[in-house]
Amino acid sequence: MKTPGDGALDRLRQVTQWPDLSGTRYELQSEVARGGMGVVYLARDRELERDVALKVIAVAAADPDTAARLRREARILARLEHPGIVPVHDVGELPDGRVFYAMKLVTGKRLDELVRESLPLREKLRLLLRICEPVAFAHARGVIHRDLKPENVMVGPFGEVLVMDWGVAKHRGEPKLAGDPAAPSAGSPPNATAHGTIVGTPAYMAPEQARGDVERVDARSDVYALGAILYFMLTGRAPGRLPASPDAPTRTWAGPRHANVAPGIAAPRELDENLPRPLEAICLKALALEPAERYPGAAELAADLERFLEGERVSAYPEGLLGRARRFASRHRTPILVLLAYVVMRVVLLLVARV
Amino acid sequence: MVLAVRSRDEQERARALETVVAAYWRPVYRHVRARWRAREEEAEDLAQGFFATALEKGWLARYEPARGRFRTYLLACLEAFVANQRRDGRRLKRGGGVTLVPLESQDADGETRELQLADGSDLEAEFQREWSRSLFALAVEALRQRCLGTSREVAFLVFERYDLEDHDASQRPRYADLAAELSLPVTQVTNHLHWARLELRRTVLEKLREITASEEEFRAEARSLFGAEPS
Repeated sequence: MKTPGDGALDRLRQVTQWPDLSGTRYELQSEVARGGMGVVYLARDRELERDVALKVIAVAAADPDTAARLRREARILARLEHPGIVPVHDVGELPDGRVFYAMKLVTGKRLDELVRESLPLREKLRLLLRICEPVAFAHARGVIHRDLKPENVMVGPFGEVLVMDWGVAKHRGEPKLAGDPAAPSAGSPPNATAHGTIVGTPAYMAPEQARGDVERVDARSDVYALGAILYFMLTGRAPGRLPASPDAPTRTWAGPRHANVAPGIAAPRELDENLPRPLEAICLKALALEPAERYPGAAELAADLERFLEGERVSAYPEGLLGRARRFASRHRTPILVLLAYVVMRVVLLLVARV
Repeated sequence: MVLAVRSRDEQERARALETVVAAYWRPVYRHVRARWRAREEEAEDLAQGFFATALEKGWLARYEPARGRFRTYLLACLEAFVANQRRDGRRLKRGGGVTLVPLESQDADGETRELQLADGSDLEAEFQREWSRSLFALAVEALRQRCLGTSREVAFLVFERYDLEDHDASQRPRYADLAAELSLPVTQVTNHLHWARLELRRTVLEKLREITASEEEFRAEARSLFGAEPS
């Protein structure tokens, strides 16, 4: 009797739960990730000779509602043809009745891992702009993601961004499925995606979504999540989470315009005073407690971020005359310096001529 | 099934003891090596001595399911036994002359893994891992025996080549390679593979049922093995 080594033991534990792919064009290679609704495997497409990611319903969740939900997720993804959204290649049913779909295999790093590598601020903001693009595209087609968070964003080796996990996305006007995830149910794990429970991750979830106010969940709920991602990128932590150190500042932000963020969310500049005020204002506008006070969609949030990157006035930040002058000076530094040098030179020449 | 160690039926009792010893010999041996820093020979003696004494003194029969998992109970007995042995400075002669399990079969991997265990929690986790390893080894062996000389022999061969051999993903043969090697259509390879995996899972659960004392313990151990309730 041969005793299996560590690698063989781990593989045996995995393969004894693997789905039956006989009759399909895929060969299972390994398990990639496991969620409440399904398991994602690395598989080889024999026909096209390429690796794909295969999402299959977990055995424990193999019921008709979960199957319908996985099919719906595949259909939503198929409708959203965008470079920032992972494309679906195929959907089908395994011999044991479990539904699966095949999608592009995504490589790269998760956003939360990448942000921890201390990227420059402008680089982070450009990344967020690329996240906003597919989300705005989905909003334009009536789809709300409902579970945006750094862990659901992949950044490829060439900086390409892919928004993942549309398993709890909602399509406007679509009939509601039994056990449709909308708000956290009592006693259920906060970020479980299994049938009948709710979804989203509390720190990134809009207040109306967290309350289970299904009717009010719309594109602005995703804007809240994007604001929370921006907050994470700026401060290194999700909004509303308690600081790791008892000495860290915890005062709730109470600025003149955005005092309407949820209690417990410290303003980004209280955690890092070097952050620009307009950027903080953009973040807090996206995180507003009331949907009406947020940006109406991901496109509007992206537009304000772009204005900030270009040194233009942002809609979220009412600036005074001094602020405007400072921004103008910073934006046109070179011509102003040239002009100043010219004026100084003329004055000097005038003075010399008089002497 | 583990409760059968106290059965009045001698045959049933012997079979239950055999199963328990087969599943636990290696975890016990490895634990003695790591926790008690015993050399190979001493660890073999202590493991043999532990099972011999446990059988002789009826420790296994005294297990009460209400007081926790069998694995935890066995580990507690082992700790007490080795502590006593060390305190008394005694070394048992290989189970009083009774060899419970052929030693060479337990060390098929040549003890290549390092014993790097730091604290108590790691030791317990390692004990559980060795227990899983034993359980899978027993199940694989049972599956092999079941397939030998039958039409399923080729299914086991496919499973052995694809899943059992300890190679990384890049070295794993493709279905087409196996199909060519064994002169089978690719669809047969996938069918065989699926059958063998299902059978192995069923056999592991069968073995697990034999070494657990209650439905509750069985389900809990299955969850720890597979990460999900047995279907």
